Amino acid sequence: MHRVPERIEPLAVTAYSVTSALGRGLAAHLEALRNARGGLAINDFSSTPLECRIGRVAGIEDAALPANVAHWDCRNNRLAWIGLQQDGLLDAVAAVVARHGAARVALVLGTSTASIGSTEDAYRRLDHGHFPADLRRPEIHTPNSLAAFVAEATGIAGPALTISTACSSSAKVFASAERLIRLGLADAALVGGVDTLCDSVLFGFHSLELVSTQACRPFDTRRTGISIGEAAGFALLERATAAPRAPRLLGYGESSDAYHMSTPHPEGRGALSALDDALARAAIGPEIVDYINLHGTATPKNDEVEAKLLPHFPTRTRASSTKGFTGHTLGAAGALEAAIALLAIGHAIVPPNLGCDEPMPEAAPWLALAPAGQRINVAVSNSFGFGGNNACLVFGRGEPA
Amino acid sequence: MSAKLEVRITGVGAWAPGAPDWKHLRGILRGESAPADDAPARPAGAVLPTAERRRAPDGVRLAADVAAQATSMAGVDPATVPCIFASTHGEIGITDYVCETLAHAPLELSPTKFHNSVLNAPAGYWTIATGCTAASSAVSAHHRSFAAGLLEAAVFACTEGTPALFASCDVASSGPLVEMTCTRLAFGVAFLLVPGGSTGTAIDLALDGTAHEPFAGAGLALSAVAGDNPANAHALALLQRLAAETTSRLHLPLSTGLSLDIEITP
Repeated sequence: MHRVPERIEPLAVTAYSVTSALGRGLAAHLEALRNARGGLAINDFSSTPLECRIGRVAGIEDAALPANVAHWDCRNNRLAWIGLQQDGLLDAVAAVVARHGAARVALVLGTSTASIGSTEDAYRRLDHGHFPADLRRPEIHTPNSLAAFVAEATGIAGPALTISTACSSSAKVFASAERLIRLGLADAALVGGVDTLCDSVLFGFHSLELVSTQACRPFDTRRTGISIGEAAGFALLERATAAPRAPRLLGYGESSDAYHMSTPHPEGRGALSALDDALARAAIGPEIVDYINLHGTATPKNDEVEAKLLPHFPTRTRASSTKGFTGHTLGAAGALEAAIALLAIGHAIVPPNLGCDEPMPEAAPWLALAPAGQRINVAVSNSFGFGGNNACLVFGRGEPA
Repeated sequence: MSAKLEVRITGVGAWAPGAPDWKHLRGILRGESAPADDAPARPAGAVLPTAERRRAPDGVRLAADVAAQATSMAGVDPATVPCIFASTHGEIGITDYVCETLAHAPLELSPTKFHNSVLNAPAGYWTIATGCTAASSAVSAHHRSFAAGLLEAAVFACTEGTPALFASCDVASSGPLVEMTCTRLAFGVAFLLVPGGSTGTAIDLALDGTAHEPFAGAGLALSAVAGDNPANAHALALLQRLAAETTSRLHLPLSTGLSLDIEITP
């Protein structure tokens, strides 16, 4: 039998940032969410034309890595580097490294495809059956490319791990980091997720008939599938005593559907179990939740199943998928949407469910269709992935000033 | 430094060419037997339902075999056991297929092969096959994947007070990726880890910031079994100590600044 988890000591989120099709850093995201300005555009990325919209980050091609880490160069690590330079993240990481020692800071990052775009590129440019000279760099052709690059670029030397559970990857990093800190194996952790556009995901999700030709419409009765995006999100976690006023990670839940590799359990069994565990670790009931950032991919099935979670909340709880803004950023979605949940708490906004004109009746009472100002004390973020891999996060406000 | 994690290994699973289970491999490691000439060339994936087994790539079958051995030996119901699957490269044969197809005919990519390409394919197939609704994860740390995954699983077991399944598997590279990945053979290992308790082999884990010299490997005889994959060599080093049934100690590279100090007490 599944045991209900005990309450955890909340952790402080002492720095966080995100970069996506909405722009670089928190201010760009806040402005976009407040004005319902989406970032999806006609696909100009794939190596062969594919009719769809994408959430592309501008300027990655021009953002070279510093010379001392140039051997990690690839689109995914460039996006990671852009992401790390926003909102004072690098300084905040340097400060915890200085305070606790590099080996006392953990690094847990999520990605679904890491730098496979470079592996694809090598296969397009094979030189008599061998990788071209510029891509003969074994370290970038592995799932751990992102975490290894970030460890080298930041100097973090503590426990380091890549979590790659498809679209729940960078939600689960918060759980792993909390466990490391709880056991005293680290004093702080940099968590996050980075995934970039590549042919694998564009043509892969297309082969599964899950990609919409239009901008995605989460929870709309006429939704036809996902729009794929790219993002880099990071958060620095420390014990709450280190920063009592910082927003907090209150809880998390993880589960498996045990149902199907690419279709969610029809009753949302695993999703509900992850949500229940997240609320149990936060020691709160659903009635306390002010805002839910839904997974809301805009596939017919995901949104139908996820809508079944909503009646567990009172209708005053506001809910939205923000994938209409950014596209589905896959392994980065957990970190991106954690940042959006934290923005909602920090700036008293309800991010709207962009792209939905005709809401599904079963979700309508909860859906926030237009931007609104409202105090948010507790926010939940849902992330569900291939293989029936589910994660839910709960964030809350720090102590009042 | 930080506290020790005290866990016990109550179930072991293993698969290597010529040694399709822990009993065979243990005999080889103890010098009591030789690799079997008639051993199956592919992992059987017997725990997977027929339809899933047909679709499952070798890495999934490998992970399912070692995971089933470990849970069976430990006598636990896999349906309730959280599981963590580590791999250096994931389903590298599928990566080769995906990249090759994308280079020439991207619109012909197989949907089944695409969903089999995710690093959590073994976790997905395993949880579906066993009805496991607990947390499952897929992790990697390149050449340090074995130690980093073992730590992740032990941390899960100790914080949640639950048994946890840990598997570390890699399949042989194929295509142009061979030169970049250097894993010549399939090899997998699994442990059922229990926090505390009194049965099984005790392994105490601690982080060590002083002893991060390069790992010397598990000896020449074993490098063939490891297939040039450092994570496999690390797994074999621990398996060798479990097979020997003597008190011993092992340092495995964990991160840029730490090694994982493992104290083994049969």
